[in-house]
Amino acid sequence: MSAAPSVLFDAPGPRTIARHRIYTVVALAALLAALAFVVWRLYDREQLTYEKWEVFVTPAYMQAILVDGLLTTLQMAVSAVLLAVVFGLVFGVGKLSDNWWLRWPCWAVVEFFRAVPVLLLMILVFFSWGIRGGDSGAYWTVVIALMLYNGAVLAEVFRAGIQAVPSGQAEAAYAVGMRKSQVMNIILLPQGVKIMLPAIISQMVVALKDTSLGYVVAAPGLTAVGKLIWNGEQNQVPTAIVLAALYVATNLVLTLLATLAQKRLVGEKKPLEVSMVSHLDEGRKA
Amino acid sequence: MNVVLDNPDLVVRAFTYTLLLFVIAGVLSLILGTFLAALRVGPISVLRRAVAVYVALIRNTPLLVVLIFFRIAGPKIGLNFNFVDIVVGDFRFNNLFAACVAALTVYTSTFVCEGLRSGINAVPLGQAEAARAIGLPFAAAMREVVLPQAFRASIPPLASVQIALLKNTTLAGAFGVGEAFFRMRGFTNNEPGQRVGIFLTFALIFVILVEVVSFVANRLERRARVAA
Repeated sequence: MSAAPSVLFDAPGPRTIARHRIYTVVALAALLAALAFVVWRLYDREQLTYEKWEVFVTPAYMQAILVDGLLTTLQMAVSAVLLAVVFGLVFGVGKLSDNWWLRWPCWAVVEFFRAVPVLLLMILVFFSWGIRGGDSGAYWTVVIALMLYNGAVLAEVFRAGIQAVPSGQAEAAYAVGMRKSQVMNIILLPQGVKIMLPAIISQMVVALKDTSLGYVVAAPGLTAVGKLIWNGEQNQVPTAIVLAALYVATNLVLTLLATLAQKRLVGEKKPLEVSMVSHLDEGRKA
Repeated sequence: MNVVLDNPDLVVRAFTYTLLLFVIAGVLSLILGTFLAALRVGPISVLRRAVAVYVALIRNTPLLVVLIFFRIAGPKIGLNFNFVDIVVGDFRFNNLFAACVAALTVYTSTFVCEGLRSGINAVPLGQAEAARAIGLPFAAAMREVVLPQAFRASIPPLASVQIALLKNTTLAGAFGVGEAFFRMRGFTNNEPGQRVGIFLTFALIFVILVEVVSFVANRLERRARVAA
């Protein structure tokens, strides 16, 4: 019952505790009433009938949802993130280059793809190339668009991760006579990866959620299967609930993995966070 | 490129819708998100947990699925926005627009809630204890010590959230609002040969808009920062 110490309020005294007890009862009643209203509304509009939910306990449909839907979505997300790691590594390290002619284009590419909505990228890729490939064209359209966006975000993660390695490490490496590429490959990247891994797994969550954007180019995946089902069965509400539940469950598992990786590799230190706003994070350090 | 240059009015019109979606959903999400954050860090543990579950659910649902809830599933259970039909000059705001604003608001407000919470968590406990120790009453401790620091620490995450919202407004185009993505897709459909020019024009406008938001956030942060 008693909350952890908070900056917002002092430890409550006996009268406050009694008052909070009343609030708790009222809040609980309000929450239950809201929940009951939602359930009643679903029941009232005949969304809880067996026919509307039948498809989700039919083996053939379940297989379609899990294999054609969830598995394809996971494949898209994994391929997108793997490609994005390569993209991010190239441009993230490029941004740290000592040569302005390498640093500057890398910076421009990263900033551009971070700021452009993924949907615009998808349309460009789709009309350039994916439109001729049918289903697999749409699949790779989503993967490539997500690679460009997530790669740009990961480039920032890599840059921040490499810069988070204490500067003494690089100085010591130079002092024992290593070259620039050796310092990066042998000293900085291996240590940086530890800090970056949780951020990369978290980016998987973003990529997984964004695979649903393939909806606009009729790409396969969970949302596409859902659309087929609700068009056929006219059970939009149950389908939407099932879709959301599957996405949430998958994302929670990924988040759990990221937290475990964080605890295992980084310890209690703060997770690496990259701001969308350029220079804000640098500004805070100064 | 020509199709863009020949129809500047259509481009301006599309981005007006984009900006309206952004501003309306942005303000509403800040309000709703602040309310959620207040419950999330408040003293009532039932509400804290309920909001935590709600935020985790919405945050892990793709925005597209939230939009499906409001646009496709919602009307089946009587959740529609048919009462909204406002015409201002050439611009019409109907139930499609309202449903998209609602979806964007619901989705973004959970991220606002988390941003504010992380800002409050960034204030060291000793600050509040010191404020109480020198005898500041609750309101003064909040006003003078806790909230200014929490607000300052919240600016970077909130700016990221608002920039994400600006980019997310493009999803409204997939559900029938005539904003930038809708127009860009229309142009590309009609003139596939000019797709690169069309993409670059719309993309650069988005880059500029994002830079503007990011510039404003930078100024706000600089003003809120204490001289170190």
